Amino acid sequence: MYMIESGNVAAATGVQLARTQVIAAYPITPQTPLTEKLSEFVESGVLDAQYIPVESEHSAMAVCIAASTAGARAFTATSANGLLYMHEQLHWAVGARLPLVMCVANRGVGAPWTVWNDQQDSMSQRDVGWIQLYANDHQQIIDTTIKAFRLAQTVSIPVMVCYDGYLLSHTYMPFDKPDQEKVDAFLPPFTPRHFLDPEDPGNFNTVTLPDIRPGVDGTIEPGYMEIRHNLHQELREAIEVYQEIDREYQEQFGRGGTPLVEEYRCDDADYVAVCIGSLSYQFRDVIDLMREKGAKVGVMGIQMYRPFPDQAIVAALADRKGVIVFEKALSYGNQGPLYGDIKSALYSCEKKPALSNYILGLGGREIKTSQLIDALTEACAGQAAEDAPRWIGLKL
Amino acid sequence: MAPKEFCKMLSRSKPGPGDGGKTGSWRVLRPVIDLEKCIPAKKNKKACFTCWLYCPDSVVSKTVPPSINLEYCKGCGICAEECPAGAIEMVDESSFIVEDK
Repeated sequence: MYMIESGNVAAATGVQLARTQVIAAYPITPQTPLTEKLSEFVESGVLDAQYIPVESEHSAMAVCIAASTAGARAFTATSANGLLYMHEQLHWAVGARLPLVMCVANRGVGAPWTVWNDQQDSMSQRDVGWIQLYANDHQQIIDTTIKAFRLAQTVSIPVMVCYDGYLLSHTYMPFDKPDQEKVDAFLPPFTPRHFLDPEDPGNFNTVTLPDIRPGVDGTIEPGYMEIRHNLHQELREAIEVYQEIDREYQEQFGRGGTPLVEEYRCDDADYVAVCIGSLSYQFRDVIDLMREKGAKVGVMGIQMYRPFPDQAIVAALADRKGVIVFEKALSYGNQGPLYGDIKSALYSCEKKPALSNYILGLGGREIKTSQLIDALTEACAGQAAEDAPRWIGLKL
Repeated sequence: MAPKEFCKMLSRSKPGPGDGGKTGSWRVLRPVIDLEKCIPAKKNKKACFTCWLYCPDSVVSKTVPPSINLEYCKGCGICAEECPAGAIEMVDESSFIVEDK
């Protein structure tokens, strides 16, 4: 069934179709309409779930952790400073291996206050161990949300579904709402591998010692390092798992096929622009306009940022003359986070593409097609290949 | 991905003695029950058991008379504090070392 709705409602609809059982969230712009829609679903009986209002994002994540530990399919959503306020619980959720799903409507982080879009919020959470998926339009928001629940419960690792605040969260676009029956088949009722059970009491996430040690029954229990190593290994395996899940989704729903990266006119491109989120779709106009003038350019959007699909990225970028990374986030005092990751992935290539990095759109600064054309043209001419990121649209 | 062994994913423990080792060795003061004052001992029936209820390490037995498992008792003294009959005294462990000789 086709709907014309906002990106937030696309996300809420995905959460509803996933038959989420517990929702705990604290409203924050631009995520608010998503939580409002979910409480409406719960109130009207469309979604049979507990909606637990909380006094902060830290508590929202704590409630989701508790619900998930008790065996429920749990969901929350946030943006910007709300996500950062959750930070400590994000580490806990992933260390406890809970299959949570969270939407992040990307927004710039204060101070100074901004409610508008950039991606500093979720990018700054890249090292907590959550899986990070980025959606580029409303259809991808609903599809990715449904796939995220499947991925989270397959690998027992929480998943963040990120989409640009306002640009996607508040704009209206047509998208297909998958049939409930088909979603039920794709995402059967959640049966957690381990959960709190009064019939079989136990402690989870007990204190570990620096070394391994025998447990009560004499079997050797893993230490902190073993548990963390296991998380890393299974995060790496999640790249393949997500590709399988995406393949199955594509068979069932006819959409997908680009779970890790999404390329546009990259086949014969000498220069490839790389970015995350809706910018990669805006960039398609840039590519079309430059192609009309004979420039061999393409754009690649990163769909999965953590775990970092370095092999897919190397395969896509290794033989290019230039790779130009456009980012709405910055590792302050260094460079764009995605730029650093891509540079590191390409280090082992024999023939390294020239690399350049542009920072743009922070705090919702408008990104004009003409600016992108100028930047990409400059980079193609070899005038931007240096480590220090260049800023687009800066008015000094 | 094949289902992973959950035990490798996180630390967990089941209720039972000794997950933290023989914690009785931590004890500085030993609880000693005076059976002349202890309510269940005096009445010779299952009663009171305040010590059993309050013990954070579950080392007090719900028996007549109650007994304390000294392999795991850390000597926190909560039982002595809570006993309504004042039947439990916390005694310096060093005095028992002398007795053992």
